[in-house]
Amino acid sequence: MMAQAKPRTAAFDPPRKDFPILERRVHGRPLVYLDSAASAQKPLAVLEAMEAFATGEYANVHRGVHFLSGAATQAYEAARERVAAFLNARSAEEIVFTKGGTEAINLVSYSYLSQRIAAGDEIVLTVMEHHSNIVPWHFLRERQGAVLKWVDVAADGSLDAEAVDASIGPRTKLVAVTHMSNVLGTITPLKAIVAAAHAKGVPVLADGCQGAVHEVVDVQDLDVDFYAVTGHKLYGPTGIGALYAKRAHLMAMRPFNGGGEMIQEVTRDLVTYADPPARFEAGTPPIIEAVGLTAALDYLSSFDREAVKAHEADLLAYAREALREFNWLHVIGDAPGKGAILSFECEGMHAHDVATILDLEGVAVRAGHHCAQPLMERFGVASTTRASFALYNTREDVDTLIRGLAKARKILG
Amino acid sequence: MSDLPYSKDILRLAAESVGAGRLTPPCETGSEFNPACGDRSIVDLRIENGRIAAVAHETKACVLAQASASILGSALPGRRVDDLAKLKSDVLAMLKGGSPPQGPFERYAHFKDVAQHPGRHTCVLLPIEAALKAASQAREPRS
Repeated sequence: MMAQAKPRTAAFDPPRKDFPILERRVHGRPLVYLDSAASAQKPLAVLEAMEAFATGEYANVHRGVHFLSGAATQAYEAARERVAAFLNARSAEEIVFTKGGTEAINLVSYSYLSQRIAAGDEIVLTVMEHHSNIVPWHFLRERQGAVLKWVDVAADGSLDAEAVDASIGPRTKLVAVTHMSNVLGTITPLKAIVAAAHAKGVPVLADGCQGAVHEVVDVQDLDVDFYAVTGHKLYGPTGIGALYAKRAHLMAMRPFNGGGEMIQEVTRDLVTYADPPARFEAGTPPIIEAVGLTAALDYLSSFDREAVKAHEADLLAYAREALREFNWLHVIGDAPGKGAILSFECEGMHAHDVATILDLEGVAVRAGHHCAQPLMERFGVASTTRASFALYNTREDVDTLIRGLAKARKILG
Repeated sequence: MSDLPYSKDILRLAAESVGAGRLTPPCETGSEFNPACGDRSIVDLRIENGRIAAVAHETKACVLAQASASILGSALPGRRVDDLAKLKSDVLAMLKGGSPPQGPFERYAHFKDVAQHPGRHTCVLLPIEAALKAASQAREPRS
């Protein structure tokens, strides 16, 4: 069955030709890739930029005096400038490269908060956080006696900024909140949360791994203290992410990893550290990946981001409408203005079984707890099936998903 | 092209859910959790003289894990505890393209097509791992 066609809401032509992988077949059927929330596919522009750099300009960065080292350093630092511009940071010095969003949050946990938290102090977080924005705070609970204060979401998956505000007390040392749920698609009222937290003198970390993909992020306007992103969800390579942090916070943070690049001076009896961001980038960094990230952000920014957002919203609405015909399928997360992520459970069918049948139809979705077990507990499910949309998806992709779900019901229902 | 790993035999085994429930103590209990999806299988074994006298399981999981648990529910009673380790290695070998287990566990042949779905191997193994943990409890001195 096909969803009832409505007029497309945005004049956006999905750039499928930019993504060679979308031309392949899986199990003999055309690939329908609906797993971009886990990792987005890479456009040719990214792949070609990385190849050109690796074959023509590659060397280790910083401290080299030869031509290639200079060129590579320039490219690496240009990537930092690019990330800063993408997030509208005040300067590139507020951008620390990490190996991903997870490491960015762990960096804040270790280098910032662990120095400022004592037994009984509190960290406020929501039940819809990804484990990457939970486990680093559990470390502080286990090791230093910190208390995790959980903020619930409403039945539709929306988050009330006032509920976050109400959870912030005199012993709160940090609010850690996602910008966009990787399960529900909920966009959180981040600016209001930051304002409420700052009114009580509490800094805010935002997990932007999904948010930066689907929202235009302005860290200055948000006034957020820390914002974590990862490259591979932004159509860039794996192995690179970034932490935005206000300069004053970075200057006050101790190093995370020790090694090359992050020092000022090392003697037998003494070590002094470089200024941020180098202080937090020990060892040879992800150089080729940084070049790929630059290309990815250039690529994404070459589109009218609002048009992309409208396109993804159209796909979500189209899918949501089609799924109404399945009275055995329950969507989890219907917050107003949510991003293009669709999680659902099917009565009598396990998410992994549904995903396996969809896979054999060529449809790639994710199934499981999506590294968000507290959220699964909140909604009383062990796992969900999740379809996530990106700029390259089409309504035809949604139609294939719907057909696959009908088939799954026929087999398993 | 991969084959669908949901044959009528698999679906029937899952629906029958032989051995579903819990044993009344004394018994040995093993629990296995799949961190990828949150599924869990709890297996109770009553072991007498090195043999499995009774088995029960509580498997909140996908069709594949439920069908696997169902086979254990019907095939484990009367088997030697040591047969469990061989069963695991036989099932692993089958999932890597080898021959299916023989004898009392021959119905694991129904999972042969799962070999083409590496992400689902742990589903088949989940109740077996839980049973192995239960069996290992029998070797521990009771406190």
